[in-house]
This record gives sequence, C-alpha cells and structure tokens, in this order.
Amino acid sequence: MIEYKNVTKYYGDNVGVEEVSCRIDNGEFVFLVGPSGSGKSTFVKLMLKLIDADNGKIIYNGYDVTKLKNMEIARHRRSMGIVFQDFSLLPKKTVAENVAFAMEIIGRSRRSIRRQVPQMLDLVGISGEAGKFPDAISIGEQQRVAIARAIVNNPSVLIADEPTGNLDPETGWEIMRLLEQINRRGTTVIMVTHSSEIVNAMGKRVIAISGGRIIRDESEGMYRPEEDDGPGAADDEVFEL
Amino acid sequence: MNNPFVMMRQTFSQIGRNMNMTVASMFSITAILLILGIFFIILVNINNISDSVKENFGEVQINLTNAVDEVKVKEMMDEFKPMDGVENVSFLSREAAMENFKKKWGANADLLDKLEVNPLPNAIVVKVSDIEKADGIVKRAEGMQGIEKINYAQNTIDKLIKISNYIQLGALILIAALLAISIVVVSNTIKLTVLAREREITIMKYVGATNWFIRGPFLLEGIIIGLISAAVSSVVIAAIYHQVVANFGFDFALLMSTGFAPEEFLIKNLIVVYVALGVSIGSCGSIISMRRFLDT
Repeated sequence: MIEYKNVTKYYGDNVGVEEVSCRIDNGEFVFLVGPSGSGKSTFVKLMLKLIDADNGKIIYNGYDVTKLKNMEIARHRRSMGIVFQDFSLLPKKTVAENVAFAMEIIGRSRRSIRRQVPQMLDLVGISGEAGKFPDAISIGEQQRVAIARAIVNNPSVLIADEPTGNLDPETGWEIMRLLEQINRRGTTVIMVTHSSEIVNAMGKRVIAISGGRIIRDESEGMYRPEEDDGPGAADDEVFEL
Repeated sequence: MNNPFVMMRQTFSQIGRNMNMTVASMFSITAILLILGIFFIILVNINNISDSVKENFGEVQINLTNAVDEVKVKEMMDEFKPMDGVENVSFLSREAAMENFKKKWGANADLLDKLEVNPLPNAIVVKVSDIEKADGIVKRAEGMQGIEKINYAQNTIDKLIKISNYIQLGALILIAALLAISIVVVSNTIKLTVLAREREITIMKYVGATNWFIRGPFLLEGIIIGLISAAVSSVVIAAIYHQVVANFGFDFALLMSTGFAPEEFLIKNLIVVYVALGVSIGSCGSIISMRRFLDT
C-alpha cells in the first residue's frame, strides 16, 4: 500500500505537487494522467525518493518514504520496478544481459541469474531474442526487455512511464496486455500515460493531476481530453536520462 | 559491495572503453606527481643540509698549528672541559679528519688519495650543549697559543637555517596547491567517464543499486589510474635523480659540505609517498566527480 498524506514539493517558487493525498492499495492498476508539467513526474519521483518532499508523508509498506536514510533508499527502490518511455536499455549489453544487470547490481547469485532471466524473457514473450543486442530487435520487443528488467527482482510495485508512448497502437496493446498480466500476478501497477484510448478501454482507476493537485480520482475512470495537452510533450518525461 | 568480481569486471571494461580519457588523466597525474617529486627531493635535500648544519652548529672546531704537541693539546683540552656549556671536548687528528672528509665525498673520495701530504690540521672539537655559550669558548680559544684557525660560523648558520625554513614552507605550500589541482584534474576526467555512463548509472540507481555499488568501479578506476601514474613517476624520478647524483654529486658535496640525500633512501620514501598520493588523488577525484549523481 502506498499512501500520500498532504505531500508538498516546490522547486524554488514553482509548484511540483501541493497537498497531495491519496492511497493506492496493493494489487491495484492505476493510471496517472494530466498535462505536461502537472506534477505526475514529481508524484512518481517522490515515491522513488529521487527527490525529497518539503512536507507531508508517503507511507509505503509501513514506513515513511520521506524519512528514509541514504542507506535505506537503495533497498526501498528494489521493491519497485520502473519502465521508462524510451526503454533505457544498455546498448552494449544483450537482451539477456540487460535483464541480468538488474539482478547483478543487487548482488544476486550467478545461479539465480541464470535460472531467472530465461523465465522472465519467456514471461514477456521474447525468449528467442536473448542473445541479441537492443538495436537488433523491434521497439515493441525492446519495451518487453525493459519490462522484464523491471520485474525480474519481483517488485511489489511497477511504475511505467508512458510505456506505450513510442509504440504503434497494436504494439502498445500488446504491452498493455503484458502489464495487465503482471498486475494479475499481484504487482501494483502505476502507469503514467497520455493515451485516452488505452485509459478508456481498460476501465481502471484514474488519478488526474493538474497544477500539482489531484483534481480527480475515479475507480473506473475515463480520460478527459480537456485535462491534457496532447501526447508526447517533451518536458514531461518522468525520468530525465 | 555484494560481488567484487562484478565490480572488477565493470572497472576494467570501463577503463578499456574510456582509454583516451584514462591515458589523458594518467598523463596529468604523472606530470603533477613528477613536479611534486622534484619538490620532495628538494625538500629532503634541504632538510639534509640543514640537519648537517645543525649538527655542526653546536661545535667549535679549533685548528692547531703543527707546533702544538700532545702534552699541549691535553692541557688545552683540560682548559675547555670545565667551562660552562661544554658538553664534551675531543681531539680530531688530521688522519681522522681526512677520513671524515673522504666519507663526505663518497664516490669521489679516491681523488683525495692522490694527495701526497695531508693538508688538514689537527684540531680540538668542543661540543657545546648550549649554543649561546659558544661565543665564550671562541673567545677563550682566541687567547691561546698555537691556534691556526677557529671554525665557528654562527651568522652564516643562522641565515642558512632561516632560508632553508622559508624554502621548506614555500615547497609545502606549492605541494598543497599541486595536490588540489591534481584532484580537480582527476575529478574532471572521471566526470567525463561518468557522463558517458550517465544512463547506466541512472538505471542502476532506479533499480536499487547502492551508492557504493555504483561508486565502486569509478573509485577503483581512480585508484588504478593513480597507481599506474605513481609507478611511472617513480621510475622517471628515480632515473632523473640517479643522473643528477652521478653528474653533480661531487660539486654538491664540495659546496654544501654534505652529499645528496642517499638515492635508495630517497626513492624508497618517494615511492611510498607516490603510492599514497596516487591512491588518494584517484579516489578523491572519483568520489568528488560522482557526488552529483549520488546525492539522493
């Protein structure tokens, strides 16, 4: 469970989020929508403790994320998987190595890496591409690698930043089906998106953010075009790489 | 760090991928270490000279004419012994003086063997426990018969020690400045390799790698660069010092009344200093350059 309690974050004079309160239960599938610069990015960064909140609490699995000490942040992040809009694969590593990388850096044994990576690739449907480099596979497949990497350490929350933003509709739907499948396994999925088609078709919970505040939180929400300024705005990347 | 092998692998592939930058930073560190080494050598030698000056400082050497016989020498020595501030009084025969002289000349001592007559006089050496009292001894000696010369150069010694203190202080300040510069150079170099791997670092951070896991390979890279630079600098400086001692050792010994600081001693110490500096420059540089990536 993730619970935001009156969370406020300013960047100098600019508002990031203001007095945000909401609760996301384990196993939920939540869409985070809103115009560029609305605070979606800040919302997610706060959850990962990539930035510090000015005020308020974020309770996650019984602890306050805003109070985490440096030593505890790495452990906290390991319980969350992240999928980036641009996939963020390492170009000099193969598909299997990209997935293994996430296990290596948290010190998993070689044996468990060898066992688990093929399972993950199988789960996301790209077991045939294990030895290829990212630029040798399609972008839909690249996104699957990124998802495999995000879930290989069994996170309880999967955060997806516009995972379909760079994909054609058909491939986008394949990715959505995969995310739904992961969600059914019990992983909480929080997805930032601009796609009204996907939001409306999925019928999941929608949290709309504007001007740093939650303006709408509906359990089977729809997308409202007036809340958006169009897809793919450049300044709204959740993860600046 | 959970798996040192993963870190080692990453470090070496990193050094390989950024070969140009690695070589560039090795050059800069080596250059700085060499300059530091030169200052170090100067410092050690100045120390050496001022030590030998201080050692002779508390001594009044009274050279005797050939007319003074053993009985007379004994009388004179007995006269100095009870004086205030005298630590001990000894006789330095011309033969012993020659031996000492040969020691100072070191490798060039065989030149002295060619002398047919020992030109050095017999002498009485009065060691003074309190430097302030030396003047009284000099005055007493001046009133005696059979004295050829009294060697005691307080003013010169004072000046020399003062100058050597200034030089030492100056060298220390310069060394500190050079160290600061070298840390900036290394941190900038490593910053470039960090930037080249920014994406990887960001992913590592997001996936939950600890700061030390991310820092590890860069730290090791910095240390390895520092160690290699230290090795290169040691070889170069040892060769230079060897040449200097071989070519100018004799003139130096004549001029300063003491030889260069012994090669082996100096190079051994310099290697220790270089390794310590190389490792600390390398690791400080990499930690500084990583700071902005790991502040959360």
